[in-house]
Order: sequence, then structure tokens, then C-alpha cells
Amino acid sequence: MSDQHSVWLYVLLALFFVVLPIAIAIVLPRHRRFIVPVIIFGLLCVVLAAGLNLKPGCIPSPLVGKPAPEFSLPKVEDATQMVSNKDFLGRKYLINVWGTWCVACRQEHEALLAIAREGVVPIIGIDWRDDMSMAQRWLGQLGNPYTATAFDQAGKVAIDYGVYGAPESFLVDEKGVVIYKYVGVITEEVWKDALLPRINGTIKDKEGTTCS
Amino acid sequence: MFITRFTRGFTTCLLFAMLSFRVWAVDSAPAFDDPQLQARYDNLTRQFRCMQCQNESIADSPVSLAADLRNEVREQIAQGKSDDEVRKFLSDRYGAFVLYKPPFEARTWLLWLGPVIFLIGGLIIAVRIIMQRSRLADNEDESDQLRDNIKEQGEKA
Repeated sequence: MSDQHSVWLYVLLALFFVVLPIAIAIVLPRHRRFIVPVIIFGLLCVVLAAGLNLKPGCIPSPLVGKPAPEFSLPKVEDATQMVSNKDFLGRKYLINVWGTWCVACRQEHEALLAIAREGVVPIIGIDWRDDMSMAQRWLGQLGNPYTATAFDQAGKVAIDYGVYGAPESFLVDEKGVVIYKYVGVITEEVWKDALLPRINGTIKDKEGTTCS
Repeated sequence: MFITRFTRGFTTCLLFAMLSFRVWAVDSAPAFDDPQLQARYDNLTRQFRCMQCQNESIADSPVSLAADLRNEVREQIAQGKSDDEVRKFLSDRYGAFVLYKPPFEARTWLLWLGPVIFLIGGLIIAVRIIMQRSRLADNEDESDQLRDNIKEQGEKA
């Protein structure tokens, strides 16, 4: 979805296309018969222009505002242990869905490491449809930003979270409610402008889904 | 001579038509032995959008997420869930966007009623144009007068 500013721009344009023909019709009554087609044409242009700027790949998550689905999965760092998001109840946390097959996940890894170093929120990784030994090597070589990484080989938890691509990240509050979904690569800017303000509570939104 | 040629052409066409019919189905084996359950499965998986490719249903898409979702649908049918329950399960997680037939609600009314609105609008315009023209044809005198008026104006200018 386009942001608030561009929505107002389109409203303004639409108004312009309605007001201008009417004004012309008042000044030049002989051309009155052209008003309706011109208005229709103008509005059509505005609708089509708005359509060009939509992001059909960015789907608002119905999960925002609802309890984060519970999961309990083997831990990538130590396969004998389990990871559950219940253990994180009472504090805000970030869920990050990734996989070693995901090129964009490699891109955001540095940013995740930096976020982990700040220590504002723990990051729970969900390793989606992956190979355990490859995931272990990935974390060993690149560094591990995750407090714990859940191994979701069957993709069941990913379905519960409505994941349709990696990377995707979810911000969960102290009560275990999803407050925000970010689809795409997390960068330092995304952390500063989108995630941190929602952790601090300076941004509160109803349908909080953003895509990179 | 003609008949053999015709039959040969016809069978070739038929063969090609059959070839294009679900040869590359994504799953090699049917999900259910029971034809009734299989029919429900086929029907349901065709109603869900593949979120990764968007213009394909999960029945047609070869991507892994679609395979996971087909698997989910199969399991839920096997568990005895109704079609509506499966639809709700997926739309609760992926939003109404996953449904190729979204429910009628505040955000989708234009989608559902759009065609009807355009049809009625088109009919109104067509009827008005037809009535206008037939009125012109009926009142030949009037149209003559109109022509004279235009002529007069032209002469004045």
C-alpha cells in the first residue's frame, strides 16, 4: 500500500479533475457538454496512476493485533533442546523468518547482528524449510544474532504466521500480541524508522504491515 | 480421400487437446483414494491463491510454499474439517487475499458489484443514446430546423 502522503496527493488530483471542468463549464457555458466525459477521464487517470503505485506483493497480515501463534520446535543451536515463544512472554521480542537458501536473508544478517548487539529486544529466528547442518554452519560462520533459532523444516509454523517469503519479521509485545510485520530485508534504517519506534511505543498502528 | 484427411486432422487436434490437459499437474499422485474427498481437495486447492506467485492457485503452483499449503489442506480434509473451516484457517493466516473468492465485505463490495454497476451504467448510456437518436429520426422537422439554425449561425460568423 502506498503511504499516507501519496493518498492525499491522489485525492487532491481527483478534486482538481472535478473542480477544473466544472469551473471551465461555468466560465464557458457553451462547452458544458464536455464536463462529464472530462471528469470521468480525469478520475480514471487518477485511479490508474494510483494503481501503478500499489504494491500487490505487499499483503497486510491479519495477524497484527492478534496473539502470536505459539510454537515449540527443535533448536538449531542445539537440536536436543526445544524453542518456544512462550518462554519470551512478558517482554517484547522480534521473530525473524529466514533460511540458508534465502539470498535476501544473507543481506540482512549484518543488520540483525547489530540489532542483537544493541540488546533492546531478543530475536527469535525461525529457520524455514532448511537443512539443520547448513543452518548451523551459517550461524557459526556469519555470527548468531538470535537468542534462539527454531527449526521449522515442515513449514507448519511458517503457515501459522502467514509467511509467504523470507525474510519476514514480526514484532510481538509483552502480552504476546503481534504488533507489526515487516516483509523484506531489515536494514539499519528499517530498524531505526520502523521497528524501534514501535518497540518504544512512539508509533502505534492498526494494520501494521510494511514491505521493503 | 477427404474423409481420411479430415479424420487424420481431427485426431491430431484431439491428441494435442488431450496433451494440454493437466499433463504437468504438480503432484504425481492424487491426494486421496476416495474420489469424493479428492474432488473436495481439487476444488479447495483451486480456490487458494499461491502467495508467492499470486496469479496461480496453490493447485497449479510448483513452489514449495504451495506444496506445504496443499499438504495442509489435505491433512485438514483427512481430519474431517469442512471446506469453510479450511478456508477460514487459511484466511485467518494469510488474509482474504489468499481466497480467490473473497467474502462480500466493506473492502470487497466494489470487486463484487463492479461488473453489475458497469453493466447498468452501460445500459443506461446505451438506452439514452438510442432514445436520443430515435427522437431525432422521428422529428425530421426539428432536425431540419436545427440544420437551418446551424447554417444561419455559420452565415452570421
